[in-house]
Amino acid sequence: MSIICAQNISFRYTNKLVMDDVSFTFDDARIVAVIGPNGSGKTTLLKILNATLFPNTGRILIEGRDTRRLARQEIARTVAIVPQESPAIFSFFAEEIVLMGRFPHFSSWAFEDRKDYRIAHEAMDKTDSLSFAHCRFNELSAGERQRVLIARALAQEPKILLLDESTVFLDLKHQAQFLSLLRQLNREQHLTVIFVTHDVNLAAQNADQILLLYNGKKYAIGTPAEILTPQNIQEVYDVDVWVDQHPHDGSPRVTLRT
Amino acid sequence: MTLSRVLQISALLLLLFVLLSLAALSLGAIHISFADVVGAIAGWLSGKASASEEELILFSVRLPRILFAGIVGASLSLGGVVFQALLRNPLADPYVLGISGGSALGAIIGIVIGASSFYLGVPFLAFSGALITVFLVFIVAGGSKGVLLDNSLLLAGVVVNSFFSAAILFALSIVNSMELHSISFWLMGDLSRVALKGIAVAALCLMVCFVILYTQARKLNLMVQGEETALQLGVNVQATKYILLIVTSLITAVAVSLAGIIGFVGIMVPHMMRLVFGSDHRLLMPAAALFGASFLVVADTLARTVLAPAELPVGVITALCGAPYFIFLMRRKGRE
Repeated sequence: MSIICAQNISFRYTNKLVMDDVSFTFDDARIVAVIGPNGSGKTTLLKILNATLFPNTGRILIEGRDTRRLARQEIARTVAIVPQESPAIFSFFAEEIVLMGRFPHFSSWAFEDRKDYRIAHEAMDKTDSLSFAHCRFNELSAGERQRVLIARALAQEPKILLLDESTVFLDLKHQAQFLSLLRQLNREQHLTVIFVTHDVNLAAQNADQILLLYNGKKYAIGTPAEILTPQNIQEVYDVDVWVDQHPHDGSPRVTLRT
Repeated sequence: MTLSRVLQISALLLLLFVLLSLAALSLGAIHISFADVVGAIAGWLSGKASASEEELILFSVRLPRILFAGIVGASLSLGGVVFQALLRNPLADPYVLGISGGSALGAIIGIVIGASSFYLGVPFLAFSGALITVFLVFIVAGGSKGVLLDNSLLLAGVVVNSFFSAAILFALSIVNSMELHSISFWLMGDLSRVALKGIAVAALCLMVCFVILYTQARKLNLMVQGEETALQLGVNVQATKYILLIVTSLITAVAVSLAGIIGFVGIMVPHMMRLVFGSDHRLLMPAAALFGASFLVVADTLARTVLAPAELPVGVITALCGAPYFIFLMRRKGRE
């Protein structure tokens, strides 16, 4: 079953067309990477997928339903996003930030109950952030904040998780931990993961499917082996690369020719 | 955050307000001892009111004024909490943003054109003035895109404020109406001139507005994370924003049309409460309202007593401690 279906979506910011007649479907419980050069529309696409922006023409179906017809809380119960950074003007504890992920599940004025705390703590445990639950969010390091934001997204108990360059602030250990967590959630809870990245090898090793965007258009969609060819990369990124096979899992491995 | 924590802290702050109010009852041009105050209240509660001069001062002069100070303090602090959250700026409040000024101008225009002969005519115009200013400030500061730069916001407030001050002075110099009271009432605030009916209106308005704002408290926690984040977490941002702006303008307008412009309460009180209790609005709102009430009672008691029997406008006291506090906050913010 397809969990997300984009039908001819276009989007323009005042007079710049950033998304030009893009169509695709993502199957349920897949890990999808969205790649493309700067300005190719990756972030805009994420915003359209979680209904922060609505396409000017065309439509996005989530589980077969048009995002325009869904209530905000309903969308937030289905789609969660881990942003690159979150401004911290007023100080909240890390735990409070994660508990905010429970908002779509309850009436808007209520207090969190035991179940909310349990889910929030489990999410923090998974992202290795439980140890600073009672630290102030704005006093944490960028990587620690990132883990808290991932925990918040998990606390939403979404079916679709969107990641916007979410590994950039993480050190190697937490990157590995996070990627294996994603695969585990994908396997066990059938979470669909859609991540935007500049790291083509990260995409190659972790994604079932890659969507390659170029100038706001869908350039290609397919398996890593289909998409990450020297010809495609030359065409879209304008660089020469070698592509060989990863010695461990046989996924394509991209190396710059310099 | 749990309900019991909110109730416990609210109860403590309510107790603080009651104790400070009792102290304020005994202080004034004529000193009435604390024991006499308590005795008089006990007598009044048991229905044995004596018509002594002391009791007349206590119940007809000081008590209404203290209650009024509490209501105005709570209203302004609540306004500060909401504006700071909506604009994600700890320096925002109804006074700095010029909303108090707009509201005062609305009230004065109302009195000049004779709106006071209509029921709620003047408060309505004060409310309109506040609302127009809110949208004006948002437009001037580039709020249509949701991105509000700190500097542009404060500058917009300064400009709007000086314009309204000039307009108020102009209006007061061309008319000579008994109803316009003194200039200091409008520019520095004064709690001594209100009638019982005004206090009742303000109290009712505060209670209704508080309930409405409190239902939005959890959404406000998400809104201060950024409007986009709030949207992604399931908040209907536009609708929430309009409800909050309208309700907050209303409490500001009622407070200003009855008490004049009292500055800085809406900055100092929310900031102190955030330092002590954190930023969760489910606790911050009642805490700021109750502490704001205590704060203005103390400020007004100072205003009545430091030069007794002469009185200062209460806005002089709040500005004297508020302006340095504002600069302290601004410098701290600049360093961060």
